[in-house]
Amino acid sequence: MNIYQEELLDHYENPSNYGVLSNPDVSHEEDNPLCGDKIRIDLIVEDNIIKEVRFCGHGCTISLAAASMLTEKIEGKSLEEVKKLSRDDIMDMIGIPLGPVRVKCALLALKVLKTGAYGIKGWPGEEDG
Amino acid sequence: MTQKTIHTSDFRPLDVKAIREDFPIFADTPPLAFLDSAASTQTPRPVVEAMDAYYDTYRSNIHRGIYRISEEATKQYEIARQKVAQLINAPRTSQIVFTRNTTESINLVAYSWGSMNIQQGDEIILTDLEHHSNLVPWQLLAQRTGATLRFLEITDEGLLDFTQLRDVLSEKTKLVAITHVSNVIGTINPIQSVIDAAHTAGAKVIVDAAQSVPHFHVDVQQLGCDFLAFSGHKMCGPTGVGVLYGKLELLEEMPPFLGGGSMIRSVERDVSTYADVPAKFEAGTPSIAEAIGLGAAVDYITQAGLASIHVHEQELLKYAHERLQEIEGITIYGPAPHQKAGVISFNIEGVHPHDVAGILDTHNVAIRAGHHCAQPLMKKLDVIATVRASFYLYNTYDDIDRLYEGLQKTQTLMTRRNK
Repeated sequence: MNIYQEELLDHYENPSNYGVLSNPDVSHEEDNPLCGDKIRIDLIVEDNIIKEVRFCGHGCTISLAAASMLTEKIEGKSLEEVKKLSRDDIMDMIGIPLGPVRVKCALLALKVLKTGAYGIKGWPGEEDG
Repeated sequence: MTQKTIHTSDFRPLDVKAIREDFPIFADTPPLAFLDSAASTQTPRPVVEAMDAYYDTYRSNIHRGIYRISEEATKQYEIARQKVAQLINAPRTSQIVFTRNTTESINLVAYSWGSMNIQQGDEIILTDLEHHSNLVPWQLLAQRTGATLRFLEITDEGLLDFTQLRDVLSEKTKLVAITHVSNVIGTINPIQSVIDAAHTAGAKVIVDAAQSVPHFHVDVQQLGCDFLAFSGHKMCGPTGVGVLYGKLELLEEMPPFLGGGSMIRSVERDVSTYADVPAKFEAGTPSIAEAIGLGAAVDYITQAGLASIHVHEQELLKYAHERLQEIEGITIYGPAPHQKAGVISFNIEGVHPHDVAGILDTHNVAIRAGHHCAQPLMKKLDVIATVRASFYLYNTYDDIDRLYEGLQKTQTLMTRRNK
């Protein structure tokens, strides 16, 4: 299957939840030093539930589509559920096999989300995909 | 001026069809359009066969065996060194040090020559065109010694601003470290003028020739450079072997870089005396098969003819410029074709370089996307990354047509709703 299939391109061209929040409870940004892609995610969290989410940044189709899909997935979810999200969940969302370099693109948004939501310095897992 | 080192007298057109038959990787139909030789080239059969012959018939360590096959291995390793010396017209074969790659060659100079010659307050001049391999070793040296790095900038056309050199050179300048050809935008630097000016100011010059020696004739005696570094894997040779050329008196006075076997004359508990150059800088068992393979690669590109390779690449480059300029939203970085080597860096408006490379890959076109180990230059060009196509002796007009068609498809696919 081609990595430039319709669904990914739709997310890339018309991303969900694109933008910033004015008073976010969590706002975190990271980049991928290999290619310079950058993603910021803002969250409003009430009673441990993600009420609102926005992302912005620049990147390739894979990194932006993954971010768009991820924000759709986590809205209304609890932080515990977010904590359980793994590399495999992202790969299932993308739905097509990716080479090692592009895996990093796909995982950038998850890295930003986890690092931001838990205030940890750098996300230890899955970076090398 | 930039063309001064290119000999055109021995020019004959390349027989690209025959050349391609030496590269099994191009045997598919349609063939791989490989446009990333600036990163690493493909390997022709004669190079693989030379290494196979070592492994199959005389595999052994060098410089110590009393038996026949070890003598043969030593002989072939040293013949490879002679071939490299002849390629760049080094006065003596012993001025060729085998390293792992350009990066290791430059680090060798930064540690060994740098430790003896660079002190606090000294200045090292670099350019904005440097690959990280000719930047980070000097940053490390500057941090160790308190020396200062100064940079020559590039003009809007992507050419070195040579006029700055006079302002930057001073009695504090100890070294100029400059790339011969930019690996990102292909600019051929006027290194002869840089070397002459640096020497007048009393500074030494190291040339990063990773992108020049494989593509046109480089003569170290004509240039008069103090050091010159390049890699085997960018000139049809294997990975794992590179070259440092140095002026003999400099190499002789420099302390060793790595310590170990082969680089010694005698060893006592507390002190050793060192072997003569080049052995002094080749500690441990080297990449024997790879050096022999590099020797075969030198034969291969010399037989094809470096002048012929250069002309072929210039023709491809001109054609690529013409075709790529037809693509909507394209920006090509760097100077005009006649001022650069066979490298073309570009971006398509609104399309991330990774997506360009990803889509081209689905059409069996291999190009590079990223910062090309030259982040300061990316900043200067005000881009995060670029797409880069680079050419070598086996590339064809058809490869460029396939690049063009792939880019048209990329453009249509990625910008369809913006219209």
